[in-house]
Amino acid sequence: MFLKYLFYLLIFPGFLFASVFGMIVGWVDRKVSARVQFRVGPPFFQNFYDIFKLWGKEVILVKNSPYFIFLIAPIIAFASVLITSTLVGTAFFFNLSIGGDLIFIIYLMMIYSVALILGASSTGNIYSSIGAGREMKLLLSDELAFILVILVPIIQAGYKIDLTQILIYQQANGMIIGSASGIIAFIVGIICLQAKMAMQPFDIAHAETEIIDGVLIEYSGTLLAFWKLSHFIMYVFLPMLLVILFWGGISFASVGSIIAGVLKYLLIVVLMILIKNTNPRIRIDTAISFFWKYASPLALVAVILAIFGV
Amino acid sequence: MAFYNKIIKKSIWVFHVSASPCNNCDIEILDLITPGYDIERFGIKLVGSVRHADVLLVTGIVSHKIAPRIKQLYEQAPKPVFVVGIGTCTVGGATFKQSYNKAGASLDKIIPVNAFIPGCPPKPEAMIDGIVKLLGTLK
Ligand code: SF4
Repeated sequence: MFLKYLFYLLIFPGFLFASVFGMIVGWVDRKVSARVQFRVGPPFFQNFYDIFKLWGKEVILVKNSPYFIFLIAPIIAFASVLITSTLVGTAFFFNLSIGGDLIFIIYLMMIYSVALILGASSTGNIYSSIGAGREMKLLLSDELAFILVILVPIIQAGYKIDLTQILIYQQANGMIIGSASGIIAFIVGIICLQAKMAMQPFDIAHAETEIIDGVLIEYSGTLLAFWKLSHFIMYVFLPMLLVILFWGGISFASVGSIIAGVLKYLLIVVLMILIKNTNPRIRIDTAISFFWKYASPLALVAVILAIFGV
Repeated sequence: MAFYNKIIKKSIWVFHVSASPCNNCDIEILDLITPGYDIERFGIKLVGSVRHADVLLVTGIVSHKIAPRIKQLYEQAPKPVFVVGIGTCTVGGATFKQSYNKAGASLDKIIPVNAFIPGCPPKPEAMIDGIVKLLGTLK
């Protein structure tokens, strides 16, 4: 029993699978972005080379800074992302879930952002603190919309907070994306994912050309590799979560259904990459007003529609 | 170590240090990431923070004002790090040969340099060639 859980965490939906698959999806991101800009793009193993190289580089600690927080923040973030991906992965592939895992997932994703804020503000770098402030504001703005989006399938499935219960409901009554509230929540959900993944137009906390990778500016070597790897793993489980919540997951009954499941996942990923490539970065105040004035009320409408069963 | 060197050749993140050039070399460096040359094909990426850098691309004569900062930047970069001097300025001064404001005769009097790519400015092809030759010396 214990060995089985260890297998889940370290090998199949967890560490090994999520990192390898995440780096491959990261390559898809870079390749599609390159093709959109009429470039050739990096080779297939590029992200593997990058991570391996970062493991061997020197780690530099900042003088007069709380080393402990600086060192522990990437590890906390990586652990929380890893557990989230294991939870989503077991529900996606094996139809297994612990009780109330959606609440657990919401908390763990918040821990990732909090670790990012702590790590960035521990360095004392100006750009890093600007990045930390922006990450905090972005968290405050997208979290409400994200929770409301997750509420829609919960309500439709009859107030069940397990991923497997939502899948069972969808097998019996059709996909949630087919209903009016489902499609609204799905669209808002993709925008929230964009913000959670720090992709354009919401890469405000990183902003490579403006505040020089903001939150990650002082990280080097192995610690940077942890941050990059956490980001790659988010590529794996966030679209998977949307597929489970709205699109009926994946079924291993026949080859056709497996291909359909993979296509659903890929469609969401490519959609996110295209949004990333066609939208320039917005300012933090625009992002806040966008989420509070438009995205959250829209998600609230979806929740009200779901309560009335539309 | 040999295996690590094989990998690091395929993933080079460059940091662009502008040490009082005439700005022409900088424009040529930015040419490298445009679709025409696209150095991402070789895994080369331009990064904004020196903490992420593997190669420092230094352009320009190093003036007295920037010399201490160049040293500081070199110390801030995580090792192993390579330094490439871009343009004739870093070798001998080019247009500014007789300037009163040069901190050293060439860049390698200030920080250790692994390769020079002369030219005023060097073509992007020449820069790619230079960086590839530098990586070829890694065993
Ligand atoms: S080498 Fe020539 S083009 Fe380059 S910075 Fe010096 S003077 Fe300008």
